[in-house]
Amino acid sequence: MSLHINTITGLRAKLQRGEISARQLTQAMLDRIQAVDGKLKAYLWLNPDDALAQADTADLTKPLGGIPVAIKDVLNVTGQPCTCASKILHGHTSVYDATVIRQLRNAGAILLGRTNMDEFAMGSSTENSSWGITRNPWDLERIPGGSSGGSAAAVAGHEAIASLGSDTGGSIRQPAALTGCVGLKPTYGLVSRYGLVAFASSLDQIGPFTKTVEDSALMLSVIAGHDSLDSTSVPAPVPDYREKLNAGVKSLRIGLPKEYFIAGMDQEVEAAVRKAIQQLESLGAEVVEISLPHTDYAVAVYYLIATAEASANLARFDGVRYGARVRGADVLETYSKTRGAGFGPEVKRRIILGTYALSAGYYDAYYLKAQKVRTLIRRDFEQAFQKCDAIVAPTSPTPAFKIGERVDDPMQMYLSDIFTISVNLAGNCGLSLPCGFTAQPKLPIGLQLIGKAFDETTLLRVAHAYEQSTPWHKERPAL
Amino acid sequence: MNYEAVIGLEVHVQLKTQSKLFCGCATEFGAEPNTRVCPVCLGYPGVLPVMNAEAVRKTILSGLMIGCKITQFSKWDRKNYFYPDMPKNYQVSQYDLPLCLGGAVQISGKKLGVTRIHLEEDVAKSFHFDTTSGVDFNRAGTPLMEIVSEPEMRSPEDAFAYLTALKEILITGGVSDCDMEKGQLRCDCNVSVRPVGQEKFGEKVEIKNMNSISGVKRALEYEIPRQIAALGRGEKIFQETRRWDDEAGKTSVMRTKEYAHDYRYFPEPDLMPVTVSDAMLAEIQKLLPELPEARRQRFIYQYGLPEYDAGVLVANAALAKFFEKAAGKNPKAVANWMMSVSDITTTPIQPTQIGELVTAIDAGQISGKQGKDVFAAMLTTGKSPAIIIQEKGLAQVSDTGALEAFCEQAIAGNPKSVADFKAGNKAAVNALVGQVMKLSKGKANPQLVGEILAKKLHSA
Repeated sequence: MSLHINTITGLRAKLQRGEISARQLTQAMLDRIQAVDGKLKAYLWLNPDDALAQADTADLTKPLGGIPVAIKDVLNVTGQPCTCASKILHGHTSVYDATVIRQLRNAGAILLGRTNMDEFAMGSSTENSSWGITRNPWDLERIPGGSSGGSAAAVAGHEAIASLGSDTGGSIRQPAALTGCVGLKPTYGLVSRYGLVAFASSLDQIGPFTKTVEDSALMLSVIAGHDSLDSTSVPAPVPDYREKLNAGVKSLRIGLPKEYFIAGMDQEVEAAVRKAIQQLESLGAEVVEISLPHTDYAVAVYYLIATAEASANLARFDGVRYGARVRGADVLETYSKTRGAGFGPEVKRRIILGTYALSAGYYDAYYLKAQKVRTLIRRDFEQAFQKCDAIVAPTSPTPAFKIGERVDDPMQMYLSDIFTISVNLAGNCGLSLPCGFTAQPKLPIGLQLIGKAFDETTLLRVAHAYEQSTPWHKERPAL
Repeated sequence: MNYEAVIGLEVHVQLKTQSKLFCGCATEFGAEPNTRVCPVCLGYPGVLPVMNAEAVRKTILSGLMIGCKITQFSKWDRKNYFYPDMPKNYQVSQYDLPLCLGGAVQISGKKLGVTRIHLEEDVAKSFHFDTTSGVDFNRAGTPLMEIVSEPEMRSPEDAFAYLTALKEILITGGVSDCDMEKGQLRCDCNVSVRPVGQEKFGEKVEIKNMNSISGVKRALEYEIPRQIAALGRGEKIFQETRRWDDEAGKTSVMRTKEYAHDYRYFPEPDLMPVTVSDAMLAEIQKLLPELPEARRQRFIYQYGLPEYDAGVLVANAALAKFFEKAAGKNPKAVANWMMSVSDITTTPIQPTQIGELVTAIDAGQISGKQGKDVFAAMLTTGKSPAIIIQEKGLAQVSDTGALEAFCEQAIAGNPKSVADFKAGNKAAVNALVGQVMKLSKGKANPQLVGEILAKKLHSA
């Protein structure tokens, strides 16, 4: 019985009918992990006994009762390691639950284990992990995307029914696209960030990886909502995101940003996305051309704001209170030795870049200017959404690239996120779902849908309509 | 050449709130190290701050008390620097939009301007042992108000008066207990000197590590002549930070300008800006207490107290409160008695009892001298003056019949004094009064005795 290939929705029915037990399901997932994770290396940490114990007490009447879920190594779970894939946090154990973890527990989910990522969520390939690389289930020579590559590979490789990741500039949507699953970045403020180790506080959002859009809606219903522990979380009621999934796209206007079909984009990706747009049209949507005129500046703005915030957010890792410490002759030397040994090169690059952008004499030219342009980018979206209900675009300009292909070229790596980072800067919601495959090798292609702020309902509705009318979500990698 | 000093003060005040600025931990002085901490105030990975609204209200109240303009849209910023007592290696503070702007503190004769008041989180406390160091994070995250003055003070006395007045105001408002020994009030000085008449400020020096208001005064009394002497020798003053050594009575260089921090302030993305609505402002305005200066003025006019008495009473909020209850018909006398009490908060005396004592003296029931004995007994026993007078048998004899008899006796027994009086020596009557007091064993009402004697001597 290959339980692992099922969706949340499918498994809940089986669990509630008593066809399977939560323990059976969890054991099936552990067996699957045992079988394939040696190749994929999606997981960093597992505690099979704990997972089975959770299964034995799971309340199957709850929305995620008995469903095994994987967690990105950036979220705090009491008693579990939380390393953010960084050497500087090797040996650190969480002393509290992130709000989303509490919500998952309350919904009856089983916390299966922790997944690999780019160190402190900085990267687009999961190659910047101090624990080693994670491989793409569709081609083991290729990266799974990043930074939430472990969570994406775990779901795409059917090592988890669903997983949580975090998205600062595309870290959920890009790996979802590259591994062929559904990845959702909620609107900034919809999901509590309490317990998510911050990379860039004004951009970070937690979101789910799932095999279907319906599962994504279910996961979002569990993790969304106001949290008094996160001052940036928005006090608004949470709808049942599954309610309008089947409402179709008739009469909806889908915006096509003219700036998003750039030179250098992979031809198969462009063809698949254009075909997906036709498909939406054939389902009754009206496709309108829109403009997001400040798109060209998004990468620059992002790498100033994100790194500036990161330079402060990562200052706390100093070896004084927790994590790894490398002793020096005095406190200053202890700082520099600890941080010198603890952080990887990409993290150091970004801390230095962010520190520079905030320095006296440069602040106005870099950080402040970037904030102003960020406002313009946000306005681009506000204006575009006066003409349409959702925006359609590619998720990544290319399919999954080869391991090592871009590690020496940060600029090339940063361009992996060129279609996703504007959404974080604007604060809107975005989702990636499969829209086809390249021919040789067979690699997933992602379609990105972008919604109005707090209009996940429409976003999921469009995604569901497209998904249900296409075969892509039924494809499975041969592992 | 004559020089004058230019002084500005940065005062840090811990607010009296139940919990810390961004988490629910108790703000408690003297607890076991690292027992009033949580993941938030320890800066653990993934935590987020949640603003303590009471701290904001108390900061606004402070601002209103010294006439600041309240910023109705203010925000939080991160101040970045590495130090072991900083859990996150950045401090959440307020940079360009502080809660309060402008304002002034009244000292005798002048108003000293306040530039701004902002709110920030306090840091932890470092301890240095023989070979290691430790950090106690109990204090980390305590709401800390920074009050920055204008450079308008010109002498150590100005600085002393400013700090004393500011402390009185903050205690009166219930904003802080301002106990410097507990670190609830801390002060850094910026001081420069310039030739009298020159408009441009001299190069300023920051002095840290003073742990009392008089310490601030002493540090300035050392530093100002030091700078003047250096200039006199043709030396230059450089911008630097100096540490005050209270025992040695000297300042010494801590760090020079080249090592000044670049704090890389930027808006705190984890907190929403602070909006102060008109309704909230009106609520806080209702909490405005009478300020010490206003109270001093009122004591002078309402109770007819001398400036000195009003000053002494108002300087201690408990004493002032006690006084208002006790004042009665002779506030000046009540004030006199009260100023001799060493600690009003522990005295067993009730405010009304001081009034009773004054009334007893004014009505001639006991003499002023006897009053002292009664008061001493009140202080130790807490009994009412009436009971003490009775127990000690002190009630004055004001019965004119009895007094006339004593007077007759005194006149008969002292012909020399009578003769002196009649010869024009009016003071000779005092000897007779003394005699009557002796005869009455001190219980005669001296005023009445004087009147009776005068009458009898004139008619005799």
